Amino acid sequence: MKLMWFHLMPYTELPEDFNKTHPSVWVDIHSSLFDPKRAHHMYNDFMDELEFAADCGFDAVCVNEHHSNGYGLMPSPNLIASSLARRTTDTAICVLGNSLALYNPPTRVAEEFAMIDCISGGRLIAGFPVGSPMDTCYAYGQNPSLLRERYLEAHDLVKKAWTEKDTFTFSGRFNQQRYVNIWPRPIQNDPHPPIWIPGGGSIETWHWCAEMDYVYCYLSYYGYKAGLTTMQGFWNEMDKLGKDRNPYRAGFLQFVGVAETREQALELYTEPAEYFYGRCLHVDPRFATPPGYTTEATQRAGIQSMVSRAANTASYQSKLAMKATGMKEIVDGGYVIIGSPDEVVEQIRHVATSLNVGHLMLLLQYGNMSKETTKYNTRLFAEKVMPRVKDMFPEWEDKWWPKPMDKAQRAQVPAFAPRLAAE
Amino acid sequence: MSEPQTLSVEVNGFPCRVWRKGSGPTFGFLAGFGGQPRWTPFLDRLAEKRTVVVPSLPGYPGATGHNVLDTHLDWVVAVRQLVEAVGLDGCDLVGSSVGGSFAAEMAALWPASVKRLVLIAPFGLFDADNPATDPWAQRADQVAGLMCADPAIWTEMVAVPEGANSAEWPIEMVRASEAAARVFWPLGDTRLAKRLPLIKAPTLVLWGAQDHILPPAYGATIARAIKGRSESRAIEGAGHLAHLDQPDSTAKAVLDWLA
Repeated sequence: MKLMWFHLMPYTELPEDFNKTHPSVWVDIHSSLFDPKRAHHMYNDFMDELEFAADCGFDAVCVNEHHSNGYGLMPSPNLIASSLARRTTDTAICVLGNSLALYNPPTRVAEEFAMIDCISGGRLIAGFPVGSPMDTCYAYGQNPSLLRERYLEAHDLVKKAWTEKDTFTFSGRFNQQRYVNIWPRPIQNDPHPPIWIPGGGSIETWHWCAEMDYVYCYLSYYGYKAGLTTMQGFWNEMDKLGKDRNPYRAGFLQFVGVAETREQALELYTEPAEYFYGRCLHVDPRFATPPGYTTEATQRAGIQSMVSRAANTASYQSKLAMKATGMKEIVDGGYVIIGSPDEVVEQIRHVATSLNVGHLMLLLQYGNMSKETTKYNTRLFAEKVMPRVKDMFPEWEDKWWPKPMDKAQRAQVPAFAPRLAAE
Repeated sequence: MSEPQTLSVEVNGFPCRVWRKGSGPTFGFLAGFGGQPRWTPFLDRLAEKRTVVVPSLPGYPGATGHNVLDTHLDWVVAVRQLVEAVGLDGCDLVGSSVGGSFAAEMAALWPASVKRLVLIAPFGLFDADNPATDPWAQRADQVAGLMCADPAIWTEMVAVPEGANSAEWPIEMVRASEAAARVFWPLGDTRLAKRLPLIKAPTLVLWGAQDHILPPAYGATIARAIKGRSESRAIEGAGHLAHLDQPDSTAKAVLDWLA
């Protein structure tokens, strides 16, 4: 099994009364809450944490894209990924991802991902989300009725830009480009970097991933218990389509807090978890369901998107997070796995088995968790949990993992050392 | 209130429902936000004096095919085809909200196709100093009060019609909202202001005095921009879909203008 370390990069200093005094963490969150000098420290802490996770031996570090969002400070995950490409050596760099319809022309994504792949020596995982309604339709003003069609066309353009050897003309419904010829080209060119699709529970997305042979990632904030129905739906569709049950077809996001004992874990992780489920998921429902964003087939199937769920339960969540029982609900619901290493091992094995997921993306930093606690959580997971879950799914091959350059051929990337200090 | 006659025409290969009722000279009505889920008292008042033809625009109740229309030009051409197909070419034309915007485009781009024009709070303009409300970023319980001065009227308008599939109906209403978004997202501004001076048909601009979607001040702007004879009037006690709130006074204003 692959264990991947995911950062959302939340703003860690939203006020205690945020939910009462502000309508939404997303789209129209007020600029007065953002202190750039504090963000300087947050970004540097977060990047330290990602590098630390790579050092600890996680299979990948993961970043993602959000806009106008108080719990996701990465409008451009590619900037962070590019830095990680220089500051890590063997870890896969998973950008989950670039919302294709937001780039004009989408060729930009093909170029930037090719740059990251070249800089990192072929360690890129290229994620292509449609993007949430808040990011795409509201913060970026994209038309919800055209978003998926634009997304699919942009995907075709990016993939062709990676694989076509000669300069070509792209004459699409939404994009026309006379000369497409990207420089640089990705190192992973057989045929292109692995493509992963983070999505909600849409049937069309499942079918498309199966058809294109892409990894489907369900990035839920509500943990394995709530994710079970979605993942079962996914595997049922794979069965119907005659695809095998290779667990590496799937990725799943899970919050975890591990400590020496369960009591200690509760003591360490209650505040950051309640911060996340209270303040960070305080999304105004008016931004959750732009018409046309959810396809009619998905509406008919009665599948509620994760963001829609976040928005509609935000007030409920914030209420319970403010009560002493908040953490109990969060843990009982399986949103966050809490416990001693033994307990976490048992639960992770259960998650991987019951959801049949080979790519487990772990959120070991969430809410306002400090760098110190994050590192503790990360190191303990790497030392005491990882070795006891890595052996899962030995019978399956991960065909969707990056194939980097031979290590001996890769550039030596020196650690940063200021010249004056060295003298 | 008797039922209208139901016909169907095709635009781009997709069916569009057409309702027809009344006798006397024919005129067309292009519905607004939410389309025309059911026949209404406003249309009955009109049908008492004239023949009313109500074609559903692509994506609104009774019609599909919105998802092949990618640009504003695609939409305008589709509406033009629809107007021709139902025999409204050269007739008077009345449009509300979304439909009002297209009625204005018909009159501007094909001046001979519209005899007289009535616009009820048409989309198409946006003034940053007096912005329109975002109809697609609302909590579910706020929508009715934005569409009509009396929220109960909107709620009744969009309730499952008799004989409709109750599971499918909410999806149809989302589709209607999507069809509006497809052409008017994000601000409702189609640069209609540039084409208003091309309108030659005598034009009455009606606006619900309590329109919480589009500012009533837009009405005067539109009337001023139209080169031909035009007049702007408020409908008291009415919201964005003024003809739903005040069927009698709105119908009277329309019929007087078209008399």
